[in-house]
Amino acid sequence: MKKYISLFLTLLLALGLVGFAHAQDDDELSGELEIFSWWAGDEAPALEALIALYNEMHPNVEVINATVTGGSGVNARAVLKTRMLGGNPPDSFQVHAGEELTGTWVVADRMEDLTFMFEENGWFDVLPEDLLDTITYEGGVFSVPVNIHRSNVLWYLPETLDELGLEVPATIEEFLAVCPDIQAAGLTPLVVAEPWTVNHLWETIALGVLGAEGWNGIWTGETGVAGLTDVYATFLDVLECTNIDADAAGLSWQQATDRVIEGEAVFNIMGDWAAGYLTTTLGLEPGEDFGFAASFGTDGIFMWLSDSFGLPLGITNRENTLAWLELMLSIEGQNAFNTLKGSIPARVDAVEAAMDEYNAYLLSAADDWAVDVLVGSLAHGTAANERFMGDFGQTIEILLSTGNPQAAANAFAAICSQAAACGQ
Amino acid sequence: MTAYEMRRIAMRGGIYGTLVLFALIFLIPIYMTAVTAFKTLPETRLSTVWNLPTQLNFTGFEQAIERFGPSMGNSFTLVIVATIVSAALGSMNGYVLSKWRIPGERVIFPLILFGMFLPYQAILIPLFRFMNDIGLYGGIPGLILVHVVYGIPITTLIFRNFYAEIPDEMLEAGTMDGAGFWQLYTQVVFPLSVPGFVVVIIWQFTQIWNDFLFAIFLTTESSQPITVPLAILSGGREQNFPMMMSGALLAALPPLLVYIVMGRYFIRGLLAGSVKG
Amino acid sequence: MRSTRDRRIAFVMILPSLFLLAIFVYGFIFATFQNSLTDWGEDRRAGSAMAAARQSGFVGIDNYRNLMTDALEFDFRTSMVNTFFYTIFFVGGCLFVGFVLAALLDMRIRFEGLFRTIFLFPMALSLVVTGTIWRWLYQPVGLNSLPERLFGLEPYSFNWINSRKRVLPFDWNDVPLYLTYIGLFILSILVFNYLIKRRWGAMGWALVIAGVLGFLQGVDFWTTTVWPQTLELDLRAFTPDAPPPGPEADMKGFQVALTGIIIAAVWQMAGYTMAMFLAGMRGVPDELREAARVDGCTELGVYWRVVLPQLRPVALSAMIILGHISLKSFDLIFAMSGKDNFQTLVPGIIVYSAFDNDRFARASAVAVVMLVLVCTVIIPYLWTQLRERRD
Repeated sequence: MKKYISLFLTLLLALGLVGFAHAQDDDELSGELEIFSWWAGDEAPALEALIALYNEMHPNVEVINATVTGGSGVNARAVLKTRMLGGNPPDSFQVHAGEELTGTWVVADRMEDLTFMFEENGWFDVLPEDLLDTITYEGGVFSVPVNIHRSNVLWYLPETLDELGLEVPATIEEFLAVCPDIQAAGLTPLVVAEPWTVNHLWETIALGVLGAEGWNGIWTGETGVAGLTDVYATFLDVLECTNIDADAAGLSWQQATDRVIEGEAVFNIMGDWAAGYLTTTLGLEPGEDFGFAASFGTDGIFMWLSDSFGLPLGITNRENTLAWLELMLSIEGQNAFNTLKGSIPARVDAVEAAMDEYNAYLLSAADDWAVDVLVGSLAHGTAANERFMGDFGQTIEILLSTGNPQAAANAFAAICSQAAACGQ
Repeated sequence: MTAYEMRRIAMRGGIYGTLVLFALIFLIPIYMTAVTAFKTLPETRLSTVWNLPTQLNFTGFEQAIERFGPSMGNSFTLVIVATIVSAALGSMNGYVLSKWRIPGERVIFPLILFGMFLPYQAILIPLFRFMNDIGLYGGIPGLILVHVVYGIPITTLIFRNFYAEIPDEMLEAGTMDGAGFWQLYTQVVFPLSVPGFVVVIIWQFTQIWNDFLFAIFLTTESSQPITVPLAILSGGREQNFPMMMSGALLAALPPLLVYIVMGRYFIRGLLAGSVKG
Repeated sequence: MRSTRDRRIAFVMILPSLFLLAIFVYGFIFATFQNSLTDWGEDRRAGSAMAAARQSGFVGIDNYRNLMTDALEFDFRTSMVNTFFYTIFFVGGCLFVGFVLAALLDMRIRFEGLFRTIFLFPMALSLVVTGTIWRWLYQPVGLNSLPERLFGLEPYSFNWINSRKRVLPFDWNDVPLYLTYIGLFILSILVFNYLIKRRWGAMGWALVIAGVLGFLQGVDFWTTTVWPQTLELDLRAFTPDAPPPGPEADMKGFQVALTGIIIAAVWQMAGYTMAMFLAGMRGVPDELREAARVDGCTELGVYWRVVLPQLRPVALSAMIILGHISLKSFDLIFAMSGKDNFQTLVPGIIVYSAFDNDRFARASAVAVVMLVLVCTVIIPYLWTQLRERRD
């Protein structure tokens, strides 16, 4: 009797496996796949290319492209939270790799461990260590990184520099030295926009002041209040050279970039999605029509962030989502997406498969990605959880309204301990 | 012409002048909205921004319809169903409260009315969780329920004040003829209710159409009414102003039409909000 | 006589509504209040506030105390100050513009209907639409360029909704002091009033209250007991050798960035005030005006002496309705300056931001504060309105 049962079970299992293999070959995926992201407008074509690829492979799946506008996901995250708390998670959602995912959703036990998938596809071998460390939480891997962006990039117009007789400042001190001259010429030395872009500027300045080790030390607690006070003091000086007291709050990041292109501002520090905007939307040639460099004092350091997608628990279209995740980390998917998005592939072996399709900026970024020291971005969710990020803006508001770097650093430390973000 | 007449004419002139000036100020935003909606993006630059569009351009509208079209459909579904249900409910409540003695009415009525002034933030988080628990979060049915419930106070108030004007003798006469609760409603009260219904329907229509708070908390991308994408794009510093102004016009048009066609009833609903009808 | 059976039906018919309101209004208010007394699981581990199996602990009034005294909650206090100024200028603006418009329309003019329609139409718009439109007007190419286009003047460079400027600065720590002064001022008016009317009994009470207030002030009750050390920043959890927390200044003031939002709000609601005033003016009997005219009053004098006093209840109603609207404001600000602009922060936005920073317990406390503020305006109003109706 026992024998029969085990035979029966083996048969069943074999049938099941055949069925599974069959499904993979002939693609019997059907139903829906809802993809939640904040890629609308200029950033939409890359996602659409990836969706088109998915449709080709799985024609029976209806892909729902749910986007919530707002740079860097400022609105999308709130909407996502209502959906997750509402027990109505999208099949897959865009989230910054790192603490934004692990510190918010993984610790909350709302994501499925993807280690099995990484093993099956050999992804552990094609992704950089640093990245893998960041998307790993307590031994499990939880997200599929689709791209890498660089946060600490300085954008400028060579003509503007020529007219002013300037070199690209290598350090913050050099920038602060030329700042009064630029202001005297009636230009904005460094243009910022709505509040999150100020947070973005802060992280690049902090990196410039502290260096890679000091930056990482913030999140282990080694840098401490003293180091942060230095950062805020320098940041206050840098803000003096910006339009923060004028119209910054009403500008989108694209408008800030526009100011540089129109010659009204000299520099802009923004993530390298700006390269995508400049080349794809404005049709400019990197290196010729506009210049780029590592932001002040951060040469040789790559502050990275990565858009990634995960597998929420409790979704209805799990199989479709798995296929989506698989596509995203395939060489084909990575190149289809990143050439349009203006970012570099997370896979180290992807660029060489499509060298011609990446522009000058991206090829240089890919080279840097290979050799630079890598640190995680704060403003874009790699370094700290959402609780911390939600309150981080207060430190800058304190700095601006009191003019006291010590007070801002203290506030930073206090938020750190409340959000358990700095290893204390 | 006597000095008195001259002074009078000057005064009339002053009055009309001030009124026209105010009217212009009130219309400037609408002028800008309308002309921008029909412009191309380059035409919204400094030199031409106040001009009429050189030619009617519908790019903005096309983009707006692509962007806001589905949510506009959601708005219509939401508004039509929620308005009808809440008007029916309000009529019944008003009838009961004005024509029948309810135990504890002196306490109940103010408690109902308070819901009209409630800052909805004070109930949002529990509401959000409750809607989850009953499985109505994220869809239009849930939003309809919420609008119906929080519409009870104002609709009840308007109908109660309206029915208070129906002489009690009419109902007494009906009672003499043996009419009960339902007959009195269907034969006496309801036929006289048309103006009340018009006021309430207009009021609820504009309120629900214009709502943003419940909409952003309780819907997802596929079920959101038009105010949500509009507010998110606007607060997100969207710079495509022809599209934004087209979207604003789309969102403004239905309540505006109602207002222009039936302004008198709209104002009655408005003034009912100050409790004493 | 109506039968008891019909009465019962009537009661049953209204029950569903009562039941729904009991849950959706009072039940949820209670739940919010309850949440505001917990930590929503925040302290367990950052992020666990989002957990499916969340455990929240009871913390008493800590959330409220933090709102008032924690250095990091300065944004809440900013939002309160913003609401205060917003309310004053918005209500004042609406009353002024509304009254002027109503008075003009009341002068037996032609095209009254047309003018009324024009002044009232913004009321039909969604606040989101208003915000979208006005954000466009406040772009540099918008209103600021109008004087240039019309008269060839220099364009303004005023930052209607993005300015970081703050005027009328004051320290939040002094707020209890100001409140005491205001209380004493009101009290002295009352005393003065009673002195004139020679109502000694009522004055006795006023004196007792004044005595108590004076005593509390004398022992420095406000700053030592109720409202201790506004900027209390405890760093000892982060750096063990940090100094113990001490009071610091928390500067507040009128944020110039609110100007643009106030103007847009007045544009939207002035027509409503006008309609209320107009209804009130039409209620003033013509004989009264005639009598004043016969007595030699000018047209302006008639308004000042006869119409205005009659409008006091209307003005009060309008103030309360508008005031409670401004306490609840959210849509307009969300659409005009977004949700993370400290210059235009209001409590309504903070509640929404809970979905950003996962701080639902704090958001609940803020929501309860909003509710209490609205109640202080609305409950007396409802009370008097309903009593008047019964009389």
